[in-house]
Amino acid sequence: MELIEAIILSVLAASTPLLLAATGELVTERSGVLNLGVEGMMIVGAACGFGGAWLTGSIIVGALCGILAGTLMSLLFAGMALGLAVNQVATGLALTIFGTGLSGLIGAGFVGERITPAPHLYIPFITNIPLIGRILFGEDGFVYLSLALIAAVWWFLYRTRAGLIVRACGDNHVSAHALGYPVLRIRMYAVMFGGACAGLAGAYLPLAYTPFFIPGMTAGRGWIALALTVFASWRPGRLVIGAYLFGAVTILQLHAQGAGIGIPSQFMSSLPYLATVIVLVLLSRARTGGSTAPAALGTVFVPDR
Amino acid sequence: MQLVLEKRAERSKTVALISPLIAIGLTIVTMTILFAVMGKNPILALYVYFIAPLADGYSLQEIAVKATPLVMIAIGLSLCYLANAWNIGAEGQFLMGAVAGSWIAVKTQGIEAGHWVLPAMLLLGAIAGALYALIPAICKVKFGASEILTSLMLVYVADLLLDYLVRGPWRDPQGFNFPTTAEFDPVATVPTLIEGGRLHLGSILALIVVAAGAVLLGKTIKGFEIRVVGAAPRAARFGGFNANQLILLTFAISGALSGLAGIIEVAGPVGHLQPGISPGYGFTAIIVAFLGRLNPVGILIAGLFLALTFIGGEQAQIAMKIPLDVTKVFQGVLLFYVLACDSLILYRFRIIFSAPQVARGTH
Repeated sequence: MELIEAIILSVLAASTPLLLAATGELVTERSGVLNLGVEGMMIVGAACGFGGAWLTGSIIVGALCGILAGTLMSLLFAGMALGLAVNQVATGLALTIFGTGLSGLIGAGFVGERITPAPHLYIPFITNIPLIGRILFGEDGFVYLSLALIAAVWWFLYRTRAGLIVRACGDNHVSAHALGYPVLRIRMYAVMFGGACAGLAGAYLPLAYTPFFIPGMTAGRGWIALALTVFASWRPGRLVIGAYLFGAVTILQLHAQGAGIGIPSQFMSSLPYLATVIVLVLLSRARTGGSTAPAALGTVFVPDR
Repeated sequence: MQLVLEKRAERSKTVALISPLIAIGLTIVTMTILFAVMGKNPILALYVYFIAPLADGYSLQEIAVKATPLVMIAIGLSLCYLANAWNIGAEGQFLMGAVAGSWIAVKTQGIEAGHWVLPAMLLLGAIAGALYALIPAICKVKFGASEILTSLMLVYVADLLLDYLVRGPWRDPQGFNFPTTAEFDPVATVPTLIEGGRLHLGSILALIVVAAGAVLLGKTIKGFEIRVVGAAPRAARFGGFNANQLILLTFAISGALSGLAGIIEVAGPVGHLQPGISPGYGFTAIIVAFLGRLNPVGILIAGLFLALTFIGGEQAQIAMKIPLDVTKVFQGVLLFYVLACDSLILYRFRIIFSAPQVARGTH
């Protein structure tokens, strides 16, 4: 029983950065922008988040540093892809290459340092309930935040006028422009939200998951978050399921390695990546009737005057 | 104040030629500022980075050695990007080529196998790279899965496979438990061009690839089809060009060249298979392809330039304790500027000082 509880706890922890980053990218893509730089924004968020927490001793300051770093990175993307109408795929790649280098520079000063990881919720008696107590009432704050955030995004996209406008920009920017909506500005806000979420997701890794910073610690999570938005057909509800499924794959392969089932560890480690490929293929195949992607996703928009 | 983009009537030829130079200029300005912020002497740093490697013969050879994989991979990637197919997993294809070619070298170790070994290794490396690249291409063509994500995911898988092989079945028994195969036999090694030098036959192959790329794009129907499918997909459909077939073709060529580059790197400068055989050649080649304006000759020049930054970065680390990550920052910044300057070819930038009056009538 304790093993199951431990596994569920670690699945939740492994899923949270995926969920956070994918939530941001979902909003970005719903506005019609494909930002492939999630990995780059995450790793810079991780470096800045750890740096902030290490210097001040405060997890909250660290998280804010991560958010700020991710947002600044996304502004760089917005300036290029929206301001200068540069190809979004290429710009996103540039952001990831740049971010990988930048995080190494920022993080060089505190590789090997440790911090006290984010505290877990503790409510007397309730958290001590067997089985569900720790799982429901004993997580770190980021886990609750990530779930609140995706719920808020669902409400925003489907229940508010502003959300409808964002989706309109993503499905047909020409019409949205003709109706008088500032398409590029709306997209910029969506990209910034994506950056903030990616930065927070990156910061989660050194602040709560492992209490230290190592270069390249995001290990492709940003790319998996991108695949998750496809997996979820750009819908918030399915995104939660997808994120927890991928978190489960990551953790189960770790436990399988630990149990020593005779399969080389490298093969088990490649499972999350292979799962991503297989899931992408299966889902894209199931959707031959018509794509559910935002219709204007990844296309350049230059307003004519 | 507002920046407005105006579409040019036609692509500006002058800007197309000078935009990479503007991009390099802007990058150097940015790096100067970065060096100053890091508390390093910017003039000295720029000298160590860009001038010093050009001054001695060893470094010049080393630049050609580093440029070889970059140019080979980038030529293949440029075909993909021209056809609007986004192969960003060249790093994985590079590793798979290295692994597959090394298989022959490992299996023929110490049995005096003869001179067929190296050609067979190169061939198998290219085939493995092509097959590995065809996985995302087929997933794209058959199932509509994003080739960007699948090709990138396969990089991690290739990396782990290589890691498994050199730590497990292929590990050198006399290697003190280091994760590496034994040194390849002389017949399994790419010969050097100068006795005792570093420059090897692979660099000649890279030049042949550049020439072949130029012929393919400039003189053949296939090259024309590739460019039309990317630039004007509708026109290509009317012309009866098979876009799916071109995706498969460009991915296969690109994978084959990446795989070839991989096995050449292992059988040449490295000499044995081990993790970390690539300092990110597959990703840097993306920058090379764009900096070279997806043009074979441009790619050759861009490849040499980015190789210079690898060497310069290493020397700056030794001489001035500038971290190697600066090279990656440099490469990322360069790609940003290249893309931004490319925008100048299609658009004219105009800054407007008063916000345009938007007519908002009642509909």
